[in-house]
Amino acid sequence: MPPPGLVVREASLTFGDRPLFRALQARFDAGSWTCLLGRSGSGKSSLLRMIASLRLPDNHHLELDTSDGAPLRGRLAWMAQHDLLVPWHRVIGNVMLSAHWRGRPTAQDRQRAERLLAQVGLTDKASRWPDELSGGQRQRVALARTLFEDASIVLMDEPFSAVDAITRLELHDLASRLLDGRTVIMVTHDPLEALRLADRILILQGEPARLVSMPVPEGRRPRPLDSRELSHRQAELVAELREVTHG
Amino acid sequence: MAERRAWKRWVRPLLALAVLVAIWQLVLTLTGVPRYILPSPAAVASALIEQRELLARHAAITAIEIVAGLIGGILLGLTTALALARFRALRRTLLPLLLISQAIPLFALAPILMLWLGYGLGPKILMAMVIIYFPVASTGYDGLRQTPQGWLDLARTFGLSRRQRLLKAQLPAALPSLASGLRMAASAAPIGAVIGEWVGSSQGLGYLMLNANARLQIDLMFAALVVLVIFAVLLYFGVDAALRAAMPWQQDRMTPDQ
Repeated sequence: MPPPGLVVREASLTFGDRPLFRALQARFDAGSWTCLLGRSGSGKSSLLRMIASLRLPDNHHLELDTSDGAPLRGRLAWMAQHDLLVPWHRVIGNVMLSAHWRGRPTAQDRQRAERLLAQVGLTDKASRWPDELSGGQRQRVALARTLFEDASIVLMDEPFSAVDAITRLELHDLASRLLDGRTVIMVTHDPLEALRLADRILILQGEPARLVSMPVPEGRRPRPLDSRELSHRQAELVAELREVTHG
Repeated sequence: MAERRAWKRWVRPLLALAVLVAIWQLVLTLTGVPRYILPSPAAVASALIEQRELLARHAAITAIEIVAGLIGGILLGLTTALALARFRALRRTLLPLLLISQAIPLFALAPILMLWLGYGLGPKILMAMVIIYFPVASTGYDGLRQTPQGWLDLARTFGLSRRQRLLKAQLPAALPSLASGLRMAASAAPIGAVIGEWVGSSQGLGYLMLNANARLQIDLMFAALVVLVIFAVLLYFGVDAALRAAMPWQQDRMTPDQ
């Protein structure tokens, strides 16, 4: 089944009595990877939570359409900044966490979880406890758990921000390959990450904020670090992000 | 290697115990306290051996009361915690009542329970249950309430029902908090049973102690106390072992050799 695109309309969020954004529109194309950037407190994570219909303490509103008209429910996977591995399941159990939580994992669930662990290169850690893994390994397990949902829409909230720089680059390559063909919306505060991975970059800027589309380098993702265009675009993006607070 | 570690784990507590017994004997020798006030360790030991059948008979009764009270109290406390976490209306009505109930002194409750339930095992089991119930219910509810938001987010995107979320995500997440409540419960359970026996009974270690006291058999009284202490210690370690088995991921973390 091809992944659906998403259209967000009339998105508004109020923090206390300060409106962060009002009547925001955005289109997320089917099968494309969109990165959502913005300074801390711009409401980018909240926007993502609203799309995922997760709980928010602040006053908010959002209308959401899918390109195929079918509801979003059951077609969505969520990956957060923290790996959210549960300590009471082993690594393999964490990959198929949704099967555990919905009932009892079947033999097929287990096989699929093993295949995904192999794809993220952690076959030998299957029966370890999460606490025995490094931060990068844990985030790879989280990626495998996200893939286990086999969702056509993947929402990620700063998924690689808690690991070191080298691990982050490796995770980019892995995620880009494994999430190919899905509709991905990823919130990040790292311009470089956005430039390597995104088909489209949106910046949440201003008060109340609007979504501004930024140019993306040529070439297939994950784009190599040594590309001249990438560093050029990075300078541009950083300048734009700085403007948000000073302008 | 493991054997040696086990041996090391026991040698210090046993040494501390030996020192305590030595001090006990020293106090007797130095002050000359009469035997009907403080019997010697040797007298208590011989009472333990000579009266072992009597002690065993009463100990069995108390053990039944403690274990039944513990199981009942844990089940009831856990059910309360789950119900409180699940139903908002219940939180509003039951939570204040629970807190008020803690203001009732347990000793004052015991005679009433005797009056209603008679002198048998029932009121003692109930006393043990009552004393266990609150720590289990409150630590359990606290643990259920403090599930990290990230796991609840995951449960939500998995499309879980509230019941699934409670049992599959919140309950295991509450285990460490609940465990401290269960350990507390394990050490409090004998208190409940013995209070019940003191207030009115014809069997059990509490009854035996009162009876021995009245007859100035102070060595027997101390022997019964020793049996009670052994119960409490066994119970604590039993619950602790069960909790470790229920949380194998925490056990692994405690061995530093990896």
